[in-house]
Parts: sequence; structure tokens; C-alpha cells
Amino acid sequence: MNRQYIIRRILIAIPSLLGISVILFGVLAMAPGDPFEELATNPAIPPEVRQALRAKFGLDDPVWQRYVHWLSAMVQGDWGFSFQSRMDVDMLILQRLPVTLIVIGASQILAISVAIPVGVLAAIRPYSIFDQIASTFAMIGFSLPTFFTGLVLILVFSIQLDWLPFVYRADVDATGWAFYWEHIKQSIMPVIVLGLAQAGALVRFMRSSVLDVIRLDYVTTARSKGIGERKVIVRHVVRNALIPIVTLVALQLPAVFGGAIVTEQIFRVPGIGSLLIAAILANDTPVVMGVTFVFACLVVLFNLIADILYGWLDPRISFR
Amino acid sequence: MAGSTPASLSAEAPAAPAVVAVSPRKARSISPALETWRRFRRHVLAVTGAVVLSILVLAVLVGPYIWPVPINEIDFAAKLEGPSLAHPLGTDDLGQDLLARMMYGGRISLAVGLAAMLVALTVGVLVGAVAGMASGWLDATLMWLTDLFLALPTLPVLLLAMYLFRDSVKQVLGVEGGAFVLIVVVIGILRWMPVARLVRAQFLSLREKEFVEAARALGASKMRQVVQHILPNALGPVIVVGTIDVAAAILFESTLSFLGLGFPSDVPTWGSMLRDAKDYLDIAAHWALFPGAAIFLTVLAINFIGDGLRDAFDPRRVL
Repeated sequence: MNRQYIIRRILIAIPSLLGISVILFGVLAMAPGDPFEELATNPAIPPEVRQALRAKFGLDDPVWQRYVHWLSAMVQGDWGFSFQSRMDVDMLILQRLPVTLIVIGASQILAISVAIPVGVLAAIRPYSIFDQIASTFAMIGFSLPTFFTGLVLILVFSIQLDWLPFVYRADVDATGWAFYWEHIKQSIMPVIVLGLAQAGALVRFMRSSVLDVIRLDYVTTARSKGIGERKVIVRHVVRNALIPIVTLVALQLPAVFGGAIVTEQIFRVPGIGSLLIAAILANDTPVVMGVTFVFACLVVLFNLIADILYGWLDPRISFR
Repeated sequence: MAGSTPASLSAEAPAAPAVVAVSPRKARSISPALETWRRFRRHVLAVTGAVVLSILVLAVLVGPYIWPVPINEIDFAAKLEGPSLAHPLGTDDLGQDLLARMMYGGRISLAVGLAAMLVALTVGVLVGAVAGMASGWLDATLMWLTDLFLALPTLPVLLLAMYLFRDSVKQVLGVEGGAFVLIVVVIGILRWMPVARLVRAQFLSLREKEFVEAARALGASKMRQVVQHILPNALGPVIVVGTIDVAAAILFESTLSFLGLGFPSDVPTWGSMLRDAKDYLDIAAHWALFPGAAIFLTVLAINFIGDGLRDAFDPRRVL
């Protein structure tokens, strides 16, 4: 693996991050409204104080100066103060981030472990009954809105069957195995909702990826050497078919984060998605900006990882 | 989930040879549109989707005239009732008729979907066409911008934009109109990238084709080459992406309304009905199930239509 390639790829990610920060700041700067608007209507605060505050926070500076200020503050870890939660935004996000990453990670593992076998089986017998059923279900999973699946699961498993709790609790009052069991039980539904939504898209990707590979000459060669069909599929076809999936999983991430926000909101999982919604409803701008920026950074980071992985998995493309 | 456009899935298996073996073609010529329709008809699920979607569209357009119950008639005596003759889809916690509200919400969802798709297609075709015709730095810059927008986390940015602009747009365009325009524009701005990439790729290959060269040799201006010769030939895949974009936009709108950041809460949309219903799941499940199923059916039908169109427009596939 070429170290130069990795370094170059990391350097390419920096302008993307800068561009995204420009877009986010642009949206914020274009938005009407003034953080000190409430002070204007407050008779106890004279206009001079308001002007002084505006000057202190640089609200009257030209846009590019405000952008540079904002960016350097963000880079230095000064993300502002959440008036709602009474703590620094970066601490607040750091507290909430692990839960989100665990839920997303578990759901991705679920999605991949369902989608790869189904996609491969559908592709080795295209247009068979299994393929048609799998493709139809993939389309259904891909069209089901996460908020609807979530509510249906709650209706069935929490209300009708009373098997699973529908509110995620961080303070489980149990120890040892019971503690983990409670955590697993309350994570099942969010993970399934997110995972199934992803699995639908992944089955379709996997199927077409296998179909692309399976008619290549080297597969025919492998077969003609007398290697068993199972071995040809597992050793020769699937390994190569998985390479483009790495990129596609990364490209799907913006959609996954969208699903995660909704899922966290439904099941009240204390992650950054539900934090974002709560901050928006409470007009807590520093938190809204911080969480959006974290989501954007995560997308760039995972795209970077996918690109590096791709270069490692497929030596033909790297080093350029 | 919302907004995922399946990347090129056109690479399908070698077509089933038995279906249309080299049958002797009839001599009469078939227009491209008719040929596409002939191929689309063979896709059973796509035709089913088209029928389901037509019924849904007809229901939300004509339905309110047949079922002229006001959407905000409050009747506490009949609150949270299941389906009955007086209220075919039941009532909500204020005793409002769900059928009437569903039809109203359906109009909003479909209108948002179509309008947002048009915005996304316009921006995407424009960017893609410019990038595809002008190679060099302009192309590189536009594609960098496209990649940048692709890396934006769609829903958080959508929520951010709704949060920041909601109030001021409301003042200019009114409560309902403001929300509509804002949602449509923001979804459109966040969904044009796949279209732009597709159009650019089409342009890059089409502009080197002989028929475009012939037009160029005959002195056709660049504009004429694009409008008369290249764009019509690039349209097929664009229509497919546009179709899927309608579904994605409907999902985004419902998601926004579900999170309480779409249309104002007194406007019944499918998403906001689900949001209100989720606290009554145990006693009035129908309230959540009907709008949820409506969103799901609409999106599924549109996605199947998109699938069928993709196969129908792909001339390499024998159908």
C-alpha cells in the first residue's frame, strides 16, 4: 500500500471540508434573524449595550471575516455554548456521539450481513423465483420510510406483544448480564429499523455487482479448471464483487445519517440525531451548527476511509 | 432510506433470450415513445405501480369533491374512532375526519414531490450540460462542486435550512405557501447532483457521436447542437432519475413534517399526521397506519415505475 496515495487522499479531503464549512456558514450567514434580537425587544437593555455586544461578537464585520473567525474557533475546539443544556457544545456532542456511532455501526453490520448473501444468491440465479422475491423485498425495504417502520415495530413488539421497550434509556438500573441484556433489548428495534432500510439498497447493489463480475473471463477460466461452483462463487466472484460495495456503502452514508436522526427521534435514543432535533425545536443555534458540522465531517471521513480501502482492495486504481 | 438514488443498476444479466427471439419485425416504423411504452408494459411491477399511482393521484384530486367533509371539522364526540361508515378511515384526537385529511395531505405530498423534482432536474441538467459541453477548468470546478454537495449530509442540512429560513419565508409568502416554496427549493438544491453527473456523462459521450458531428459540420450553433441533438438523446436516463427523485422528495417532505419542521402543524400532511398519531399508537393505531401506508405505497409505486422506465429506456436490454 502506497503511503503517498494515502497522504494525497487525505490532503484532497481538506478542501472538501473547507467547502462544506463555507456552505454551512453561508447558510447560517444568509439566514435572516439576529442572535441578539431578543435583546432589542427587552427594555431593560439599552441599545448601546446591544451595539457593544454586536461589535464584540463581530456581527458587523464583513462576511469573510466572520467566516474566518468562525472557522478558526471551530478548529480550535471552541464550538460555542449550549444555552439549552448549559454546557459547551463540543462536550455535549462528544457525550452523545458514541451512542449514535454504535447504533449506526450495528445497523450497518446487520444490513451487510443480510444483504450480501441475499444479493449473491439472487445474482447467481437471475430472474429465478428467489431473485424476483428478493428484488421485490429489496424495493419494499428501500421505499419504506424509517419513521413508518419504526412506528409499526413499536406497535407490534412493544404494544401488542410487549416484548421490547420502545423508549431508549441510558440509565438502566441493573448490573452484570442483566445490564447488557437490557441494553441489547432496547437497541434491537432502532438497529433493525435502520439496518433494514439500508439492506434494501445494498441487496440491489450487491446483485448488480455480482452480475457484473460473474460473466468475466476469469470466472469462466476458474470454472473450466474444474473448481466447484460454490468455491468459484465464494473465492472468485464475491471477493471481487465486494470491492465496489465499499464505495457504495460510503456513498449511502448521508442517507444513513438521515435515517439515524429519524430513528433516534422515534425511539428517543440519546444520540446526536435526537440532540439536533431538540436543539432545533429549542432554537439552540450553536448546537444545530455543531451537530450538522459533525455529520458533514463524518461523511467526509468515511468517504476517505472508503477510498483508502478501495485503493488497498483494488491495486489497479491507486498510486495515481 | 430517504433520498438514496441507486447508482447505475443498468448492468443487468444477459437478457433472457427466450422472450423475444429474433422475431420478424413488422415493417411499420415505431416511434421511440411507442417503443418505450411497449417495453415498459412488459414490466409487471412497473405497470402495477403505474396503476396504483394513478388511483392515488385520482383519489387525492377528485376525492375531495366526492367526499366534501372539511378537514378541520372538530367533533369531540367522535374522537379517535376507528374506520366506520361515517368516517371511512376513522378520526383523530380532535374527531377530524381522516379520509378528508389524507386526501388533502396527498395533494401536498404529490405537489412537493413533483415541484422539487423539477427544481432538481432544472439545476442538474443545467450544471451537467454546461460541464459536459465546456471541458477544462469550468468542467472541473462544476464537478468539484457536485462532489461537494454529494458529501453534504442531506437531512441535517435540510433541517438546518428549514430552521434558519422558516420564519422569514413565512412572512413573505404566507404560512402554507412559504413552507411549500422553502421545502421544494431546499430539497431541489440538495438533490440535483446525481442528475448533473448523469447529464454530464451523457453529454461527454453524445457530443462525439457522428450525428452531432454532422450537425456541427452543417454549421449548427452550440446552443442548437445541445437543444436539438444532444439533450433529446440524453433524456431517457434523466427521466428515470427524475421519477425516483419524486419519490425521494416525497420521503423528505414526510420526514420533515414527521419531525415537526415541515408544514405548519395545522396543515394535514401525511408526515405530520403520523407525528400526531405516534402518541396514540396503543389506542388508535389506524390513525398512524393509514398515512404511513399511503406514503409507503406512493413511494413504492413511483420507485417501481422508475425501475420499469430504466429497463424500457435501456436499448441494450432485450425485453
